[in-house]
Amino acid sequence: MSFVVSASQTTKVPVATSPKRHFGDVAFKYTTTIFAGFVLLLVLLMGFEMYMQAKPTIEKFGWSFLTRTVWDPVQEEYGALPFVFGTLFSSLIALVIALPLSIGIAIFLSEMAPRWLEPPLSFLIELLAGIPSIVYGLWGIFVLVPWIRISLEPLLSRHLDFIPLFRGAPYGYGMLAAGLILSIMVLPIVTSISRDVLKAIPQTQREASLALGATKWESVKLILGDAKSGIFGAVLLGLGRAIGETMAVTMVIGNTPSISISLFDPGYTMASVLANEFTEATTAMYLSALIEIAFLLFGITIIINMLARLLVWSVTKK
Amino acid sequence: MKTLKIALLIIFTLILGGGALQAQLKINGAGATFPYVIYSKWFDVYHTKTNIEFNYQSIGSGGGIKQVIEGTVDFGATDGPMTPEQLNEAKTKQGTDVLHIPTVMGAVVVTYNLAEAGKELKLTSEVLAGIFLGEITKWNDAKIAELNTGMKLPDQQIIVAHRSDGSGTSFIFTDYLTKVSKTWETKVGRGTSVNWPAGLGGKGNEGVSGLVKQTPGAIGYVELAYAVKNSLPYASIKNKAGKFVSPALESVTAAAAGASKNFPEDLRVSITDAEGKDSYPISGFTWLLVYKNMKDKQKGEALVNFLRWAMTEGQSYAKDLLYAPLPKDVIKRCESKIVQIKY
Repeated sequence: MSFVVSASQTTKVPVATSPKRHFGDVAFKYTTTIFAGFVLLLVLLMGFEMYMQAKPTIEKFGWSFLTRTVWDPVQEEYGALPFVFGTLFSSLIALVIALPLSIGIAIFLSEMAPRWLEPPLSFLIELLAGIPSIVYGLWGIFVLVPWIRISLEPLLSRHLDFIPLFRGAPYGYGMLAAGLILSIMVLPIVTSISRDVLKAIPQTQREASLALGATKWESVKLILGDAKSGIFGAVLLGLGRAIGETMAVTMVIGNTPSISISLFDPGYTMASVLANEFTEATTAMYLSALIEIAFLLFGITIIINMLARLLVWSVTKK
Repeated sequence: MKTLKIALLIIFTLILGGGALQAQLKINGAGATFPYVIYSKWFDVYHTKTNIEFNYQSIGSGGGIKQVIEGTVDFGATDGPMTPEQLNEAKTKQGTDVLHIPTVMGAVVVTYNLAEAGKELKLTSEVLAGIFLGEITKWNDAKIAELNTGMKLPDQQIIVAHRSDGSGTSFIFTDYLTKVSKTWETKVGRGTSVNWPAGLGGKGNEGVSGLVKQTPGAIGYVELAYAVKNSLPYASIKNKAGKFVSPALESVTAAAAGASKNFPEDLRVSITDAEGKDSYPISGFTWLLVYKNMKDKQKGEALVNFLRWAMTEGQSYAKDLLYAPLPKDVIKRCESKIVQIKY
């Protein structure tokens, strides 16, 4: 307790001089390490447990589970490809729509917006992230889907039907509806992280470019260049969100395990099939097939999130 | 401080007192969502009568069967009977047979969105199978037109809507199609989820009815109770006796009565496509799953008494809640099953 005494004697901030570590500190360090270790353990256990539960289908179908397109619980024939495709395709549509919007908003918020406007606008965008996904789903069924069926799809197929993306019967339900809903759902996360990344770029950078005679546009371009990998990380986090989204997508995607390039056709995602079929899966193979899908989803999500964190981390640590 | 102590004391007495109340009998069950409304009514009424508490979780038939096999509940409930393999598994794990006791009945109705048809659409099993197989694709198909003479059917695409979640409703519907159509039997089969050859999937009754309501030209299937509550239009279906029957509680009960002479001993029976001129062909039972040998004497006795009550007084609650009550001879069969429960 020597430095407590010295601290009360002088007014200087005490500096820990003793190389000897306090027992309390050491204990504290290891306790928190163990706590943190639990998280890792939990993830490993989850992965292991899913692998064990999915063994029957892993043994029966092997890698072909990934490429088979049939999903027939009656014949006990399972394949994950339509679900993997649906998950990736709907997420991709969401990103294509959300990306320009999000980055535009982020640039406006960090570079252009008057100081009084930024907080309320940011708040509104983050509010979008707080809306429960079932609400998005209901809005999708009652507003978005009819609008797509009556207005958007006929319009697209009238003018753009030379592109295979826009061919087919206008059901309303399908990939396009799922992609649109997802894009609204990933918008807040991509926007707010991109904004933070842009703000992390030192003010001197902007001042320097402007001082050298750059226009605002040129200056923003420069800053975007610096923020590139951080924004890419934000996009990957948004992708992670889109891939894992369940309820809203299930309600509008049409739930048909088929693979089609057309945005008008119904599809199915990995998260949706789990939500739909898990409660009534009675046979061992059926359950195993669903758990293997969960295992795949788990793997894809982990990889994407890891990449994203690494990228965001590599810019913000500077 | 003193008030705090008193408050704590009061809280403790309440907890202990509550604990003493908790010591009363509590019977746990889990399973089908379809009969949840009438089961919770039954359990509530029975609780006020006898002070025996039932705790029922409507987690789905599949979950109910799983829990019965694992022995984590005192009884289960399902809309589709357990398979022989599942019964064997339950027997090896729990050391006792599992009995199926039918409690009430439900039906699956075919609902559609076709202004020209009003509420009068008539369908046969053959046409229904054709539509759901994706072979009949237009509303003005000759096969539909000849059943609905006098109706101006449009040249409009038929959009099929089915359940995307595993469900007893799908089981009854696909069980019916499997019985009436060879093509359906070989291509699709029966199950709580199947590989649908055509159409879009909606989650739950509300998902399917939402799809049908919003999509002109759509056709789908939902539970009778759900269709009645939401006043959806539904089709009359031609039954085995060759008569078009509109789904109603009476025609569902009639289906069970029509099928009852061929019932197997264990009551694991499907009553789709039943005999009898008034039978609605897409009807089905919902069952309680009980162990033949109850390990807990008290619980066994309580459960048996409850089942007896459900077969008699309990049935009178069915109609108000839009479930079809069991016909008399089926009740007799059930009572002879209930007697077999040992505790």
